[in-house]
Amino acid sequence: MSAAVSESSGAPAAQPAAPLLSAHGLGRRFEVAGGASVLPRRRGGRFLQALRDVSLELAPGETLGIVGESGCGKSTLARCLSGIDTPDEGSIRWQGQPMAAGSTPLQRARRVQMVFQDPYASLNPRMSLAQTLGEVLQVHALAATRGERADRVDELLLTVGLAPRLKHHLPHALSGGQRQRISIARALAVGPQVLIADEPVSALDASIQAQIINLLEELRERLGIAFVFISHDLNVVRHISDRIAVMYLGQVVECAATDALFDHPAHPYTRALLAAIPQTDPSRRSLVPALAGELPDPTAPPAGCSFSTRCPWVVDACRAQEPALLEQAPGHAVRCSNAAARSGGTLDSVPASQGESRVPAR
Amino acid sequence: MNAAVGSPLLEVEDLRVRFTTPTLDLTAVDGVSFRIEAGEVFGLVGESGCGKTVTCRALIRLFGGSPPSAIGGAVRFAGRDLAALDDGAWSALRGSEISMIFQDPMTSLNPTMRVGTQIAEVLQRHRGLTAREARAAAIEMLASVGVSAAERRHLDYPHAFSGGMRQRVLIAIALACRPKLLIADEPTTALDVTVQDQILKLILTLRNDTGMSVLLVTHDIGVIAQTCDRVAVMYAGNIVESGTTAEVVKRPAHPYTRALLAALPAHTRRGDKLRPIDGEPPNLAAPPAGCRFHPRCSFAVSACREVVPPAIEVEAGHRCACLRAGEIG
Repeated sequence: MSAAVSESSGAPAAQPAAPLLSAHGLGRRFEVAGGASVLPRRRGGRFLQALRDVSLELAPGETLGIVGESGCGKSTLARCLSGIDTPDEGSIRWQGQPMAAGSTPLQRARRVQMVFQDPYASLNPRMSLAQTLGEVLQVHALAATRGERADRVDELLLTVGLAPRLKHHLPHALSGGQRQRISIARALAVGPQVLIADEPVSALDASIQAQIINLLEELRERLGIAFVFISHDLNVVRHISDRIAVMYLGQVVECAATDALFDHPAHPYTRALLAAIPQTDPSRRSLVPALAGELPDPTAPPAGCSFSTRCPWVVDACRAQEPALLEQAPGHAVRCSNAAARSGGTLDSVPASQGESRVPAR
Repeated sequence: MNAAVGSPLLEVEDLRVRFTTPTLDLTAVDGVSFRIEAGEVFGLVGESGCGKTVTCRALIRLFGGSPPSAIGGAVRFAGRDLAALDDGAWSALRGSEISMIFQDPMTSLNPTMRVGTQIAEVLQRHRGLTAREARAAAIEMLASVGVSAAERRHLDYPHAFSGGMRQRVLIAIALACRPKLLIADEPTTALDVTVQDQILKLILTLRNDTGMSVLLVTHDIGVIAQTCDRVAVMYAGNIVESGTTAEVVKRPAHPYTRALLAALPAHTRRGDKLRPIDGEPPNLAAPPAGCRFHPRCSFAVSACREVVPPAIEVEAGHRCACLRAGEIG
């Protein structure tokens, strides 16, 4: 467990131990075409702002969970952090230095690796497991001879709990859980210090999901790797993370240690998200949805606070000015300018979100 | 809502569904029996490939491109034997008395038709409304499932709707003719957690308003706990346990149900290891002899490998197919 208390955004380098990986004011936007790409564009120049001013820090060996719903920018963030995508604004730093400074792309790839959501789509169906893993070792020149490479492949398979005899199989012969193990082995092949896992267990059944989560936790303990764990499943994120960042419409709206976030959620969106988790206790039921309304159009986010269109606590000031991500307690940052909303209480006293035209008029 | 007077709305007896291809012969659903009372929300829970979707599709006889080679067993719906229906009778029944909503709201709507027209189509076909009446009713349905500005939005095409809104449209289509039974196959799996919450509560509210029965299929025990009155747990084509939701979730009798609940992160203290179920579900083309769960079961004894366990009643209304259900409780 790291006691990484995050200074909120902005000032790098000053502390004695710079974070392993940090993002500073990341912005990423995509141009949205006005129709099918074969047609003349009707509305050129519309942009979808997938990330807006995202700042995060990751300490060595720490697990940072990122939660949020579809379209909140969590996958774009993962791709920017892992170097697959380049942010339009802001910077990514490695141990306090700019990521790109004095390193080759291969060196950067050996620092940060990624595991993807879909174990069916992220493996080449025509390459055996030995080829898939061997290719990584070859590209990064991590094994001098064929024999050494073969040994390393066996070792990697064992690391992720697969029998080395499986190495000549093609991905189609494996189950979903086994494929996800191969994706993890491929990421581990280069000995990364950071592993970014984008929804690594969402495609798996509950019993298999638990196997993969246990594997990730074992690897963390054994290899000391830091994780960025992205998921929409709050129970899973709660289980595995030291700290959690909650995203909404491309922004981090709250970031805190796991227990602080679940016990004292401060942002109204976080509270709604927690209240919407289906509980396995059938005696706790209600007919009132935790959150009314729909996600606003991301190409035209609301003025001021991006959650203002759905927030039960909204006041005029929320629409007038965009709130900043501020620390309200050490290590607990919230992007909400309304003190009444921040102190809105814990899970049990979530205000019923009335208003809007959600409830059927009957 | 459980007032069981007379016979249940749906009674499924020993349902078997077999698929045969030149290379494969498997029984996806093997001897499934359950009943759903009027006004009840009944859950069917299990992992991928356990046969829950095939069970739904067998109830409504919709298999798309890969129909089964044989369907056995009896299905009685509102006193009628569904096996005796011909194609015409099925067409009249589907969409009017039994409706279904599917997992993927993105692909279940016709992208080239306005959503209002897609709702009106059902009403014109089954209730014989005129186009004008059907359109008015479609707008009313859209409003009742929580689509705001329905009088404007019924003219939109599906692409203009978000996932949650499309699922609302599908619910509007399914409920347009006031069915007695709504079959919902993983209706919220493709949706975000706050949208899932909205849709499940919408289904419950509509059930309370109309008194329809709901068969809700999901892999998520949390969803079951929050919505269903009774639940059946499926494993490898069999129902292994059934009972009221509170009993099955709080006092699971079958080792599979217990293991499934124990594997959830929500049931594990932070910092503790999760308890996954070892191994993988069996291949249904060659299921294990005896109890199908025995290779993964930590309670298995030699009898489990030979005897197919019958469903026995462990409490009133709580049934469990395990030889050792009495001992391990």
